[in-house]
Amino acid sequence: MRITCPLCGARDRREFYYRGAALALERPAPDAGEQAWDDYLFLRENPAGETRDLWYHANGCGAWLVVRRDTRSHAVLEVRLAGEGAQ
Amino acid sequence: MAELRANSPCAGALPLVIGSVMAREEDLGVITALLPYRGRETALSEALKAAHGMAFPAPNRATGKVGARAIWAGRDQALLLGPVPDPALCEHAALSDQSDGWAAVRLEGAGAEAVLARLVPVDLRAQVFKRGHTVRSQVQHMAGSITRVGERAFLILVFRSMAATLVHDLKTAMEAVAARG
Ligand SMILES: [Zn+2]
Repeated sequence: MRITCPLCGARDRREFYYRGAALALERPAPDAGEQAWDDYLFLRENPAGETRDLWYHANGCGAWLVVRRDTRSHAVLEVRLAGEGAQ
Repeated sequence: MAELRANSPCAGALPLVIGSVMAREEDLGVITALLPYRGRETALSEALKAAHGMAFPAPNRATGKVGARAIWAGRDQALLLGPVPDPALCEHAALSDQSDGWAAVRLEGAGAEAVLARLVPVDLRAQVFKRGHTVRSQVQHMAGSITRVGERAFLILVFRSMAATLVHDLKTAMEAVAARG
């Protein structure tokens, strides 16, 4: 599997660290309530299909990336810099 | 009082000559990380040109030449190799002295590309990776920086604590390439 880092170009998967669902970008407000925080901390989708995950280019440029990927085919659909407000 | 003398990161381990490839330690002088403040990238590049004669490098590129080089080192980050940084740079960027933080090795020779092909998961052949090109990638299992500095010469940087591992991995790869004749 290869991920095309917006800065470095297409790189082998071994250069990246996988963080998980790209939820950290949608952190609830401190007063959002128990339900919202429970969802944020503990509940995850497990789709057979498109996911949106955070990856860290650890052995590369050090950027956090938002990667859209299809779990059925492992096709990488889009890669963006998390720091540039990727949604 | 004991007299303390500084050792270079690869002291005693390099140089190595195996087959057509030579690895030797490089003394790069002062190494400074340049981290531009948001929105100050252009101003930093201008200041860098005025003070040290090279632009701030774009991703995957190095600027300058022997003795005063700037190599891209990651997102919004470059390493200035050689000169003591001009204080004017501080207006546009955070600077950090990393002179003792890196092990620097020059790998040179006809088989240098073949050696790196065994260690770095990026295509570093001359047709795609030219002089002035650089990558942040890994050398075997270590995070590192590789820059082409000549037709058949590369500058490899890894964290200083990994110097012995770098030499070991280079030696293993150099021996394997040489064994193939
Ligand atoms: Zn990258």
